[in-house]
Amino acid sequence: MMWINIKRIARSGFYGFWRNGFVSLSSILVMVVTLFVIGSIIFSGAILRGTMEQIKSKVDINVYFVKDASEDDILSFKTNLEKLPEVAPPVVYVSADDALANFRTLHQNDQFTLQALDELGNNPLGATLNIKAKDPSQYASIADYLKSKTTLSDGSNLIDKVNYYQNKDSIDRLTRIIDSADNLGLILTIFLIIVSILITFNTIRLVIYMSRDEISVMKLVGASNGYIRGPFFVAGALYGFISAIITLVLFYPVTLWLGKTTANFFVGLNVFSYYISNFGQIFLIIVFSGIAIGSISSYLAVRKYLKV
Amino acid sequence: MIHFDKVSKIYPDSSIALEDVTFSIAPKEFVSVVGHSGAGKTTLVKMLLAEEKPSDGKIFFESTDIHSLSKEKINDFRRKIGVVFQDFRLLLHKNVYENIAFAMEAAGRTDEEIEADVPHVLDLVDLGKKIWNFPGELSGGEKQRVAIARAIVNQPDVLVADEPTGQLDPLNTYDIVQILKKINDLGTTVILTTHNKGVIDSLGKRVLTMENGRIIRDDKDGKYVI
Repeated sequence: MMWINIKRIARSGFYGFWRNGFVSLSSILVMVVTLFVIGSIIFSGAILRGTMEQIKSKVDINVYFVKDASEDDILSFKTNLEKLPEVAPPVVYVSADDALANFRTLHQNDQFTLQALDELGNNPLGATLNIKAKDPSQYASIADYLKSKTTLSDGSNLIDKVNYYQNKDSIDRLTRIIDSADNLGLILTIFLIIVSILITFNTIRLVIYMSRDEISVMKLVGASNGYIRGPFFVAGALYGFISAIITLVLFYPVTLWLGKTTANFFVGLNVFSYYISNFGQIFLIIVFSGIAIGSISSYLAVRKYLKV
Repeated sequence: MIHFDKVSKIYPDSSIALEDVTFSIAPKEFVSVVGHSGAGKTTLVKMLLAEEKPSDGKIFFESTDIHSLSKEKINDFRRKIGVVFQDFRLLLHKNVYENIAFAMEAAGRTDEEIEADVPHVLDLVDLGKKIWNFPGELSGGEKQRVAIARAIVNQPDVLVADEPTGQLDPLNTYDIVQILKKINDLGTTVILTTHNKGVIDSLGKRVLTMENGRIIRDDKDGKYVI
C-alpha cells in the first residue's frame, strides 16, 4: 500500500505541477532568481578567495644577514624557520652572490649605479631569506621570533635587518582589509541566501494559499496529512529541480561573457573556466538547493492549512 | 447512530452559535435541519465533521465521542461520513474521475476498486458522460452531482449535505433532492441543512428547526415552520 500511495502522490504532484501551468511558471521564475543568487555567491566567493590568495602571496618579509654570516649558519637558521607553524615553506634563500646578480639585472640600464658598484670592488650585499607566513596576521609573531635570534650563540651578529618593521603598517592594514572582506563576504552571503529563501518561501506559500480550500476538502474526505502534503511536496521539488536546470543553463553564457572581464579585474580568475572545471560540484549545490528550498517551503506552507 | 448531548458552542467574541442542543439520529434516517441564516445549521455540521470542537457537551457517533478521537482516528471517522457543500468544493485541477478517485485513494482503496466504482457512482448521479471533464467545464447542478458522487463513493454510513441546493435553479434542486432520497433509500443516513421550504415540504421527512443556536422544533412529518 505504501508503494501505491507513493505512486499516487508522485502522479498527483506531476499533474498538479502541469495543470497549474502559470502558477508553476511563476514559482520557477522566482526560484531561478534565488538559485542565481546562490550561484553568484559561489562565483563571488571563488573570486574573493582567489583575489585574497593572490594578495596574500604578494606579502612577505625579508631577513637581511650581516655580510660575514656563514652560509651554514644561514641555512641552519632557514631550517629552524621552516619548522615554525606560522611559516609557509619553503623559505627562499638568496645568497650574497645571487643578490648581487639580481641587483645587477634589476639595474642593468642604470649605468651610474653599476659603475658605483664596480668601484666598490667587493659585494656590498648580504644574503637574505624570503619568508611567507601562512596568514598575513602571523607576520608579527615571525618578526618577534627573528628579533630574538639576531645573534648567534657565540654572541656574533647574524641578522642585519628585517624589513617587517618598515612594512608593518602596510601588512597590518592589508590584514585588516582581508579579515573585513572575509567577514563582510560571509555576512553578505548569509543575508542574500536568507532573503532569497524567504522570497521563494513566500511565493510558494502564496501558491499553496490559493489551494487552501482544496486542502480543507481533502481533510474532510478523510485524507491523511501525509497524503495531502505529498503532491505539494513533489510539485515543490519539481519547481526546484527545473529552476536549478534553468539556472545552470543560464550560467553558461553569463560566465562565458564575464570570463575575460573577471580574469582581468580579479588577478587571473576566469569565472567561465571556474564554472566548467567545478561544474559537478556547482550542479550538485544548485540542484540540491533548488529541490530542498522548493520541497521544504511547500512542506511548511501546507502545514498551516492542515489544522482542520 | 448520532447523538448530540447538550452541545453548546460559544466563540471567543462571546457570540453563541449553538446552545444546549440535544438530539439523536437513527440509522437510515433522513433528517433535515432548517433555520434562517445564522441559526446554527452550519456550526452543527462543522461539529459533526469534527471541524470545530464544542464549548460544552458531547457528540457521539456510534457511541464514540468524536471530539476525543486522535488525528488519525478523525481521518478514519471522516471516511464514514460523506459531505456535500453549497459551494461544491471540488478539486479544481482534477477532473471528475480524479475528484471521486481522490476520496477512494484517501480511504486506501485499490486501483482496481477505483476503476470499477467511479464509473458506477457517476452513473448513479447521471453524470457518466462527463467523467473526464474538469469542474470549470461543468454547470452548477453537474458540479453538485460530482460532489455527491465523491461523498458516497466510499459508501459512508452518513451523508451530510450542507445547503446543497443553495446555488441551484429549481430544476437542478429537484434533481439533487431526488438523488439524496435515492441514496437514503439505499440505506445511507442523510442529514440535509437547508432553508428551502419547497424542498422540505416535498420530502415529508423528519425536520429539526433551529433558531438562535437552539433546536426549537423536532417534527416527524416534515413541516417547514419558522
